[in-house]
Amino acid sequence: MLSKKQIAQRIASEIKDGQYIYLGIGIPTLIANYLPEQLQVVFLSENGLLGIGPYPEKEDMDPDIINASKETISMVKGSSLFDSAEGFAMIRGGHIDLSILGALEVSENGDISNWKISSGLIKGVGGALDLVASEAKLYVAMHHCHKDGSSKLLKHCEMPITGIKCVQKIFTDLGVFTILPEGGFKLCERAPGVTIEEIKAKTEGRLVIKGEIKEMEFFAQD
Amino acid sequence: MINKTVKDGIEAVSDIENGAVILIGGFGLCGIPEASINALLTTNLKDLTCISNNAGVDDFGVGLLIKQHMLRKLIASYVGENLEFEKQYTAGTLELELIPQGTLAERIRAGGAGIPAFYTPAGIGTHVADGKEVREFDERLFLLERWIKADFALIKAWKGDTAGNLIYKGTARNFNPLMATAGKITIAEVEELVPVGELDPNQIHTPGIYVQRIFQGNNYEKRIENKTVRK
Repeated sequence: MLSKKQIAQRIASEIKDGQYIYLGIGIPTLIANYLPEQLQVVFLSENGLLGIGPYPEKEDMDPDIINASKETISMVKGSSLFDSAEGFAMIRGGHIDLSILGALEVSENGDISNWKISSGLIKGVGGALDLVASEAKLYVAMHHCHKDGSSKLLKHCEMPITGIKCVQKIFTDLGVFTILPEGGFKLCERAPGVTIEEIKAKTEGRLVIKGEIKEMEFFAQD
Repeated sequence: MINKTVKDGIEAVSDIENGAVILIGGFGLCGIPEASINALLTTNLKDLTCISNNAGVDDFGVGLLIKQHMLRKLIASYVGENLEFEKQYTAGTLELELIPQGTLAERIRAGGAGIPAFYTPAGIGTHVADGKEVREFDERLFLLERWIKADFALIKAWKGDTAGNLIYKGTARNFNPLMATAGKITIAEVEELVPVGELDPNQIHTPGIYVQRIFQGNNYEKRIENKTVRK
């Protein structure tokens, strides 16, 4: 089973030179820490910045430079600033190459549910509905199961849906899955030490296993 | 050039009436019109409809208007961890309309640009689409969304001149330039107000035509919601 950091590390290896990328909150945010230095990619913050840099030094914190999680950040060289309508035009208009989001549930036909619900109230979804409606590739990073052990890879989403038929690939603590055009989670890789039986037991939606499923090639422990 | 200067926030908001629809700029607590919000707090206004991306926090930003029971309805994309909001919403005294953030931004932009409605892919197949027209273009489904306009827009910029030309700083721009276009009366507050001619026309983000009143605020707190630093 992978830790959150290892899931992020695994996804980082999918990112290609020259891509414009959107990272959602949670595990996706960690991905930036695992990119090879020579890779040239640009991160979007939909509240108005292309070119998110690392968190600033304490003395460089600027209340006017924040990311979509309202955290102080820095800007990389060559950044650009714009308004919120333009930020979402970059997303909806398909200018972003790849979005990586967290999720509460994903269904076997690629529907995603990732509303933030706290104390029983839906408090809004911010920009997630617009993000999943983009023509960009959409990957999901999440735990395979809820805390109570129930599967998050379902036949149908049970929570309010954020977007339909939009997820292409899912990275969990147990493995990597693609969504098949005809529906179903195709198992591509399994995490070190995780058996196919365990993945079968923890996947509620249709799981497709063809041929030999390789164990994820893994790097150093963190 | 037309001089749009008013003395302060109190003068700027003095003709807002009960029940008014007000756009309030900012994303989280970044780029919010602190002085205009503080000026509203000195009035007894009630039943306001506020359109803002977020609800602020309990003791800052739009949250202050909620705490003082000045709002009847809030239109936002995410209302976060605001206990006072939750209390009033649960009690049924504060209405909430949640809109996907990109749709909210575009609806305001459309309002300012004279486009009554537009089709967007955001929300297809979700409860956001309930009761709305869906149409197919190039084999994809889209949702019809309407413009947003308001009686007043309260916005914040970094620098401005007396003619209402504005320049924003960093990500404090966010919803401000969009809202500037969609208010019947747009009230801009700036950190630095300069005479006409001092700003480079090449650098203007919001042309003065959208701004009816402008003033220089002072003692900006610019509270940071999540202070994060390099480890």
